[in-house]
Amino acid sequence: MRADSPMAPPRSFLWSRRIFLTLLTGFVLLPVYVMVSSSLKPLADVTGKFRWLPSGLTIRPYIDIWSTVPLARYFVNSLVVAGAATVCSVVIAVFSAYAVSRYDFRGKRVFTVTVLSTQMFPGILFLLPLFLLYVNIGNATGIALFGSRGGLILTYLTFSLPFSIWMLIGYFDSVPRDLDEAALVDGCGPLGALFRIVVPAAIPGIVAVAVYAFMTAWGEVLFASVMTNDTTRTLAVGLQGYSTLNDVYWNQIMAASLVVSVPVVAGFLLLQRYLVAGLTAGAVK
Amino acid sequence: MTTTAEVEKPRTDAGSEPAPRPRPGRIRRIGLPYLLLLPALVLELLVHLVPMVIGIVMSFKELTQFYIRDWGTAPWSGLDNYKVSVDFDAPVGEALLHSFLVTIGFTLLSVGLCWLIGTAAAIFMQDTFRGRGLLRALFLVPYALPVYAAVITWVFMFQHDNGLVNHVLHDQLHLTDKPSFWLIGDNSFYALLTVSVWKGWPFAFLIVMAGLQNIPGELYEAAALDGAGRWQQIRRITLPSLGAVNQVLLLVLFLWTFNDFNTPFVLFGRAAPEAADLISVHIYQASFVTWNFGTGSAMSVLLLLFLLAVTGVYLAVTSRGRRASHAR
Repeated sequence: MRADSPMAPPRSFLWSRRIFLTLLTGFVLLPVYVMVSSSLKPLADVTGKFRWLPSGLTIRPYIDIWSTVPLARYFVNSLVVAGAATVCSVVIAVFSAYAVSRYDFRGKRVFTVTVLSTQMFPGILFLLPLFLLYVNIGNATGIALFGSRGGLILTYLTFSLPFSIWMLIGYFDSVPRDLDEAALVDGCGPLGALFRIVVPAAIPGIVAVAVYAFMTAWGEVLFASVMTNDTTRTLAVGLQGYSTLNDVYWNQIMAASLVVSVPVVAGFLLLQRYLVAGLTAGAVK
Repeated sequence: MTTTAEVEKPRTDAGSEPAPRPRPGRIRRIGLPYLLLLPALVLELLVHLVPMVIGIVMSFKELTQFYIRDWGTAPWSGLDNYKVSVDFDAPVGEALLHSFLVTIGFTLLSVGLCWLIGTAAAIFMQDTFRGRGLLRALFLVPYALPVYAAVITWVFMFQHDNGLVNHVLHDQLHLTDKPSFWLIGDNSFYALLTVSVWKGWPFAFLIVMAGLQNIPGELYEAAALDGAGRWQQIRRITLPSLGAVNQVLLLVLFLWTFNDFNTPFVLFGRAAPEAADLISVHIYQASFVTWNFGTGSAMSVLLLLFLLAVTGVYLAVTSRGRRASHAR
């Protein structure tokens, strides 16, 4: 590829690259440094003037975060909600993308266009209607959607569906049709062909979609702030609990931010290779 | 969008071939795609489409807190909510127009900067060099961090008394006479822009990086043999080849930034300062703080119509532009 380019880049290019990437790294890392260093500072360091270096290191904030607010409960809620939303979203997206990629049927174009256009809806437009809908469904059927994790799971999995379906369609299209047609001839049903041939060949795309779905659910604030109560509150809302108290424990806020970030950032960085591969094959055509 | 159209081409070709698949009954064969789509359809209906219709209906009602328990009984108000929203001489309409203009300015700046930084970074990191993998991982951190964790860190950095930004600008560089307020007043616009760009550019980076991998290496080799230098290669090959990727990328960035609620909401709390009063938070406040959901819905519908129009025009113009440049 580019690396084999027969001409070495000129000095102007190398210097621009060095300067640009250095500045950018500083910009990117500054908040990360603030987050990590402040989370290890004693309270006095974060209430007075900002200090680049802590006056002393302490892990106290990491112990206190769990008792200042019920962080563990929020954590579990976020894990359950984001985990379930991811699994459901991926399974549903796989079915839909397979249908669109492998079959010709009436309304296919309408389906893809409608699903994609939901991406442009301002969340605020259906926040209140969805809230009313969930309350009414609850009153009519007894299924508690409002205030429950179930309602949140349903909401979040739908949020990540359009992009997931779109990306998987592209990915499935790149899996040669001969493969699953051969499987059909060999006596697999359509679902057998899907799960034995197409899904294994599209693993990078599926992983990418799962990462995306998990991040969407883990980071959403607007609906979480309206649709949860004390027992079902997720991290997105719960983390703001540290700032509404009389004292702002910035060292604890930073520690908690770091703790809630680790699962997603670690997962993301481990799987980013797949994400780039998935985007290359799927979304970017 | 256009990408779906492109994706469909190989399928129609393949569909016209005689399919050598066994036929497990006609009805099952025709019904299967719909069956596969059913879960997605049900969810889209429940979470996106039905609420949207309800939202549109609500915008024609006088829906205040008195009717919220049983919103069906709220009296119809015709176009009143819309009239209030677009009456730019009255306080409500004036505030909405102001918020709209702030959002436009903010979105254009943010998208432009995100695209610029993301593209530059992706191009600079096209060659392999030592530490490239590590750098790429680092650059994706802002995108991977949960919004609230990242933005709350920025809130700390922008604090008046104990924040990093004032410490650097005032105490260390002496650029300001006294510490500035960043999260209230006019500065809040720049604070919001900084956070938005910090958080948004890695997505552009990711997409452009993926797009670069689809440019055939022979193009560069041929250009190098013809004596084109590195900068010329970037201008003549790399940037033009990204046309299709940019078309989708810019649109997606625009829609996401324009509709962004999470960033301003975590940065400023419920009451956004006037200089950074983004439309999503504005409508949220108009609905939930004043408990006037009818007007809030009307504003949301207007916003949706605006986004539809922008998207339609954008796709029409850029698709024609791309076709024209292909024909050349």
